[in-house]
Amino acid sequence: MNPTLAVFRGLKRAQIDFAASVPCVNLQQLLNLVGEDPGIIHVPVTREEEGVGVCAGAWMGGKKPVLLMQNSGLGNSVNALASLDFLYEIPLLMIISHRGCEGEPIVGQVPMGRLTPGLLGAMQIPRFSPAPAQAEATVAKAWSLAAAERKPVAVLLDLQFWRET
Amino acid sequence: MKRIEAIALAAEAAEGQNALLVCNIGFPSRELYAVKDRSENFYMLGSMGLASSIGLGLALARPGRRVIVLEGDGAVLMNLGTLATIAHHAPENYLLVILDNCCYGSTGSQPTCTCLGTDLEGIAKGAGVASTRTAANAEDLRLALKGNGVVIAKVEPGNADVPVICLSPCEILTKFMGAALSTVGSSQNIRQA
Repeated sequence: MNPTLAVFRGLKRAQIDFAASVPCVNLQQLLNLVGEDPGIIHVPVTREEEGVGVCAGAWMGGKKPVLLMQNSGLGNSVNALASLDFLYEIPLLMIISHRGCEGEPIVGQVPMGRLTPGLLGAMQIPRFSPAPAQAEATVAKAWSLAAAERKPVAVLLDLQFWRET
Repeated sequence: MKRIEAIALAAEAAEGQNALLVCNIGFPSRELYAVKDRSENFYMLGSMGLASSIGLGLALARPGRRVIVLEGDGAVLMNLGTLATIAHHAPENYLLVILDNCCYGSTGSQPTCTCLGTDLEGIAKGAGVASTRTAANAEDLRLALKGNGVVIAKVEPGNADVPVICLSPCEILTKFMGAALSTVGSSQNIRQA
């Protein structure tokens, strides 16, 4: 299973119809698919925190939003996730490319990469890390959980995930 | 013009246009709540800097509904990238009003960079926003509230003596979404009326 396609099918299965994004090299094909899909409004944003705001507004307007980003952007989003999404009980699906883990060639990614699972845990954000074969179902399930519990939910996908074919 | 006067003008325009009104955290939301509480008002209680982004998401999700955002100069300086995003996505149903009092009004009136000459209209223009203007008085603002894009409303520093908002975050959201998702008030309905 192509990992990008599995994630995209998961978004479609969840009937995601709104996406905000900040790029990661591992998301480039997914960003193309999302951008070309007439059923998804795609808003590239300048910073992940901004994306949390845009997605919250879209949800208030009746959309099912996803935020596509690298884990570095999770750090940029902490206050917004807490004082917007958690405060008002606004659901959000986050598809996060997890850099700085095993196989990472860029040293600058390593500190945030190591901290990311603990950060999600400290924020009580549910996190899923499926293999590509399970990604479609997991992404759909992650949105269902976000919508049911009215909170942010993360699908955290490491370097190995994107390398599988 | 006092900020509460500018907010009252925006609230009046929003009601007249059946618009959704997203308001910045702190005293601006309290002032709006005091001058005109409507279900169509979204009062921010956190996430400083994101009023313009929330409003943009709403406007894109509800293209038939007018959305007005009240943001502060300090808040927009915290999220300047929003102006570039607005420039590239802003729909016709979106208006961002930046209430520029040259200070962080809710935290003791510490000066912001606009006090030193930072030109928010120039920044919005440079970001690519097609329609920008600066409203120096009530008359300018009344006119600007009919348009879209970005408006800088010059207001005096200082907060009105208004109470805190006695609604829980969930009450604010539930009321607001009831209004946002209602089909009454779409631009189509306004045109027919």
